[in-house]
Amino acid sequence: MTVCLFAICLVCSALLAGVYALTAEPIAAAAAAKNEAAIKEVLPDTAVQIEEVRTVEMDGQKYDYNLAYDELGNTVGCAINVAPVGFGGPIAIKVGFDVNGVIWNTKVLSQAETPGLGAKCTEASFSEQFKGFDPAQKKLSVKKDGGDVDAITASTITSRAYADGLATASKVFQTILQTPMPLN
Amino acid sequence: MGKLQLITKGLIKENPTFVLLLGMCPTLATTTSAVNGMSMGLATMFVLILSNMVISAIAAYIPDKVRIPSYIVVIATFVTLLQFVMQAYVPDIYETLGLFIPLIVVNCIVLGRAEAFANKNSVLDSALDGIGIGLGFTVSLTLLGVVREILGSGSVFGFKFIEGDGILAFVLAPGAFLALGYLIVIFRKLTTKKAE
Repeated sequence: MTVCLFAICLVCSALLAGVYALTAEPIAAAAAAKNEAAIKEVLPDTAVQIEEVRTVEMDGQKYDYNLAYDELGNTVGCAINVAPVGFGGPIAIKVGFDVNGVIWNTKVLSQAETPGLGAKCTEASFSEQFKGFDPAQKKLSVKKDGGDVDAITASTITSRAYADGLATASKVFQTILQTPMPLN
Repeated sequence: MGKLQLITKGLIKENPTFVLLLGMCPTLATTTSAVNGMSMGLATMFVLILSNMVISAIAAYIPDKVRIPSYIVVIATFVTLLQFVMQAYVPDIYETLGLFIPLIVVNCIVLGRAEAFANKNSVLDSALDGIGIGLGFTVSLTLLGVVREILGSGSVFGFKFIEGDGILAFVLAPGAFLALGYLIVIFRKLTTKKAE
């Protein structure tokens, strides 16, 4: 009995180890490709070189970000990952800033908001408004709270979280600017 | 029972979703759209065929006492294997189905077929049974996904045919129950007529 179960487990784990070894590389490659595509999407087209991910600490929280350069090596922007908590859990957003701290574009990496309601935060009709949004000029909170963000109908919690996330990202951007590491 | 019948019975007479009402958890949860429903069905079919074959091959050597644990280990192996492969080559679908891929392990269809069919039949018959039941599950889930997508989002397989939204409730959980209920009624109506 024990021998039989042991044998089955042994064969199964050997098989799994084999498949894991085979697929580990494509899985990592797929994740990396997805990340790079997301970075390119939130930054200007001139961003051709993307630097390795760096982390910055702000208010006791760590944030991942990537700097991007054009062909001549000038910094064109910075893509910051934030994950504000929405209605159905964290909404992972990548926020691209140009060198002046103006939002270039945003992209939702993963979310678990209500389909048809909060999940609309992934659609252009909502996210379009953040293209060229300058956090220094306008306020990153929904109109209901006295800000300049048009909320998704019936999804104030999601919209609020999204706006908060972007506001956090903007603060992170300022923190990055102030750290000695160059943003030339 | 003829070989062809092994396949067709899974589609109609022993349709896992509409007749046996097995595997309700993934059925209700993943059929928010036609593509999701179909992917879930295909993933389950893959596991079902392989686990049926392996279990049918090794059933004679397994002592009765450790039967269930052995089956679960075999099934879990195939599910994990599928998970790796999907994560590597179709990451988008993997992300949508998310939690429901590992849950195939405890899908009662898979264990049910192992217990009710695979451990008493030949490897070939078990494979055919897996194909049949798997197809039945895939077709049912796709159908449910199509209905919910049409009513809920106004599109089919991602192609939108109306502007704006459909009836949102059908994308959410209550719509899953409603749509499934009506589909079962229609399915029963059609199949009982045939029997007479």
